[in-house]
Amino acid sequence: MKPPVFEYHAPASVGEAISLLGSLAEAKVLAGGQSLVPLLNFRLARPAHLVDINRLAELTKIYERDGGVAVGAVVRQAEAEVDPLLRERCPLLPLALRLVAHPVIRNRGTVCGSLAHADPASELCAALLVLDGRVTARSQRGERVIAAVDFFRGTMDSVLEPDELLTEAWFPTTAGPVAIAEEARRHGDFALAGAARAGDRLALFGVATRPLLADPADPTRGLEPSSEPECSPDFRLHLVKVLVERVMQA
Amino acid sequence: MIVNGIERPEASDPRRLLSDYLRHDLGLTGTHVGCEHGVCGCCTILFDGRPVRSCLLLAVQARGHELATVEGLAQPEAPMHPVQQAFKECHGLQCGFCTPGFLMATVAFLREFPDPSDAEIADAIAGNLCRCTGYANIRRSVRRAAELSRQA
Repeated sequence: MKPPVFEYHAPASVGEAISLLGSLAEAKVLAGGQSLVPLLNFRLARPAHLVDINRLAELTKIYERDGGVAVGAVVRQAEAEVDPLLRERCPLLPLALRLVAHPVIRNRGTVCGSLAHADPASELCAALLVLDGRVTARSQRGERVIAAVDFFRGTMDSVLEPDELLTEAWFPTTAGPVAIAEEARRHGDFALAGAARAGDRLALFGVATRPLLADPADPTRGLEPSSEPECSPDFRLHLVKVLVERVMQA
Repeated sequence: MIVNGIERPEASDPRRLLSDYLRHDLGLTGTHVGCEHGVCGCCTILFDGRPVRSCLLLAVQARGHELATVEGLAQPEAPMHPVQQAFKECHGLQCGFCTPGFLMATVAFLREFPDPSDAEIADAIAGNLCRCTGYANIRRSVRRAAELSRQA
């Protein structure tokens, strides 16, 4: 398995990166590559251009902003997991990160990359949603801030435009209890179902085409989970009830 | 880029995966290629000291970075690295296909956790698959490697 032919670009600044994304057709942003490179190896993705943002030092920071914490696009999941500021201000994020794949994957994978990838079973997407966080997207047309509730559209689909670079994610400071729980067939696998809680807000993941906010008193209302050989819709609904009970007790 | 302390030329083809670059261009075939999508862990190497999947990196991305592969753990004829020694003593391998990945993941893990608990060991090697041993001897090997590393 080898990636298809593409042209490789390693911009040295965010400005250069967005000008590449604005001028190239069929370009994909390469961050940690822990989802994109498998897609290339399987040839499920065939971008004509890869814009590698790993050399953009301006996107490697975790810092206080607007009463919360901003995480740059090249911050590795393993860095965020042990970051003192995030642990203090947004403790849900380190908890969620511990459930993302395996430690070796988290050494390379990025927080923002997981958000941009928008996998329906992603713990980080659910964390952004339940915390009412937001992301910043930049393009040659300017900068826009997108609330989590407006960001996720469907399976691996967000409102990011092809010429936009997700430069950072922002998580508000949280008070009150936080918890996240999921059920996967093996340690580190994608979750069959999961629940994340921040105070009295609840988000579910792995049970629809995108993360959903849910009512803690009636979390399965309106859910129509898909059927798969390893997990029937009824079993998924059962998992949701059990996991929600667990996170609400935390 | 520097591989096991030696300066190496940059890769020219952007499609070249780092795992293939190490094996085919540098002849360092100790890094094994199993699944090529980041699941099996056989191709784990150290990238600036941290374990990563070399099948999920492009070789061009290694420009300016320092890599370590299983070949760098010990010189031929020299004593084995404590982690290799532990895997040998505790029968932490049978066919050996997954072993380079386990060794590199363990080397990095013990630097961070010199005296790990059983739960920490299980978490550290959860991203590496072995179809022979059933993992019991591998967990034993990691514990023994921690002892040997502390003595070294």
